[in-house]
Amino acid sequence: MSLPIMGNSQSDVSNQSGKSWMYSDKVKEHFFHPKNLLENTGEVDESQFDGYGQVGSPACGDMMKLWIKVKGDRVVDCKWQTFGCASAIASTSMMSEMVIENKGMTTEEALQMTPKMIMDRLGGLPGRKVHCSVLGDKALTKAVNDFYRKSGQIDRMKVEKSRVIDPDTNVTEEDIHEAVLEGALTLEKVQEQLKVGIGNKEVIPVIEELIEKYVTKYYGE
Amino acid sequence: MTNVQEKIQELLGDKPKNFIYMDNAATTSLDPVVKEAMEPFLTSCFGNPGAFYEIGRSAKIAVDEARKNVASILNCTPREIIFTGSGTESDNMAIFGIARKHAEKGRHIITSCIEHHAVEMPCKQLVKEGFEVTYLPVDKYGAVSVDDVKAALRDDTILVSVMYANNEIGTIQPIKEIAELLKDHQAFFHTDACQAAGALSLDVQELGVDAMTLNGSKIYGQKGVGILYLKRGVRIQPLIFGGGQERGLRGGTENVAYIVGFAKALEIADGMREEESARLIELRDRLINGLMKSITKTILNGHPSKRLPNSANVSILDIEGEAFTLFLNELGIYASTGSACTSESLDPSHVIIATGLPYECAHGSMRFTLGRSTTEEDVDYVLSVVPAIVDILRKMSPLNLDESMVREEGKGELHYI
Repeated sequence: MSLPIMGNSQSDVSNQSGKSWMYSDKVKEHFFHPKNLLENTGEVDESQFDGYGQVGSPACGDMMKLWIKVKGDRVVDCKWQTFGCASAIASTSMMSEMVIENKGMTTEEALQMTPKMIMDRLGGLPGRKVHCSVLGDKALTKAVNDFYRKSGQIDRMKVEKSRVIDPDTNVTEEDIHEAVLEGALTLEKVQEQLKVGIGNKEVIPVIEELIEKYVTKYYGE
Repeated sequence: MTNVQEKIQELLGDKPKNFIYMDNAATTSLDPVVKEAMEPFLTSCFGNPGAFYEIGRSAKIAVDEARKNVASILNCTPREIIFTGSGTESDNMAIFGIARKHAEKGRHIITSCIEHHAVEMPCKQLVKEGFEVTYLPVDKYGAVSVDDVKAALRDDTILVSVMYANNEIGTIQPIKEIAELLKDHQAFFHTDACQAAGALSLDVQELGVDAMTLNGSKIYGQKGVGILYLKRGVRIQPLIFGGGQERGLRGGTENVAYIVGFAKALEIADGMREEESARLIELRDRLINGLMKSITKTILNGHPSKRLPNSANVSILDIEGEAFTLFLNELGIYASTGSACTSESLDPSHVIIATGLPYECAHGSMRFTLGRSTTEEDVDYVLSVVPAIVDILRKMSPLNLDESMVREEGKGELHYI
């Protein structure tokens, strides 16, 4: 049985398809045609790769694993698996392409990858998706550091500019600082923005301390 | 092409786009009969029911008639029906209205931890105004227990608000039993029955509630209209002051067309309730059983049988609901998820968490709510594509969670295989 009214709405809906997506066409392309995916078949042959990085946690709703192959200091292969929403999947796929295009980024270049570079190539993401779903750059940094470690180039490893507060999400003190500046003045609000301390509740007291510190500093409460 | 790309191609390829709407708990389509009933009041019969002349009087008569019809379905008097602008408004009116009016008798409120935001948020606001709120827990099926209500009751409790049936997981709550318990207590009992309308009995005498919320957009009526049943003698502080409409309890010129439409929608929904519920239960169980059988590591959310006839909700491990929803969308299937990624606040479903499942299960939860347009073919079509979507997303996902640990280990702990 089909309601007569739906006859009309059906054609309306189909006409709008594409336009009614909340994401850009580029996101859609990468979501439905993921590039450089390493299919999860149960196990991974680690010997094929030179570096590995993992960020996020299933409790937060986003998690990713990333593997790189390095030849002559260029990243020639970049494979990934992602648990998360369309923007998380598409942004990892996009980043993997950016890393290996033009014969591959040098490892130094790979360390310079930022969420903004990925987002620009994707044609933007809805604002509230940015903090949580673009994790690729963090996984890439970890993978490159892992490569440096394994290849005895410890001195080249990138040290986090800011202290990591929640290892699950790689959220740093600087991220919390920024969130407070953007108006997230409570733990609840900061968690909405950064999803920090959701999987890993032990870090909450530290987060609360930081929020208090920055709220006092900027809002004098 | 990789294996996954091929699979996506095969799934989405050049399949014709369907229109399978399975999000009727979010909102329903407008019944053409309801639309027709509303029509005159959107055009020629536009008078203000408060006016003395003819087109005002005919609008007034239409509102009175609608009120009478609604009252007869609820088995109450027309005076006990207040028309509002939404279910949310009715919930706010009941909670703020009762709490603020009766604060001198006590400042304690009891509600459940699985309420709709329209109840949850007013309660939070009342805490800021000096009230105390006790949140009742739910069991693993999402049901409140009467004993917990009893244990939470205090001499200064003035209001208990528990929903009739849950919007996310469909579990039906023991409303009659709670009302029975409260019979000799001063506390008023409010229930949000928005999801129950059209599926369960709305007889307020039988239910024994003091206040009950309904809205139009879940019963094939319009969005932007609701009612609050308020038992005779229950005094409330109004939220909206104005020209004395709705016995001075809700100011503002009556939305005549929507009120007429609401009454018509409720009349239709109640008239076909038993037959339609029986039909939907069959389809619902076909869908639930099909999903549970064809997909490994799937958990049913809500009670197996004490659930709304149209509501199926499952958590599919290792995948995330928004991505899943977008695949369905490409195939013309419209359903929803409790994943954080689709909510404005980025919070995963508080209802699924309250049943004791970890966050992972909320992120991977999928809700299909069937409706009047749903056919057996629709259900079978959904069942024919879902396993492929799950397979694709699981091949993309690094997770491999251990299903057997989900409940045994208690809240928030999932283990990797």
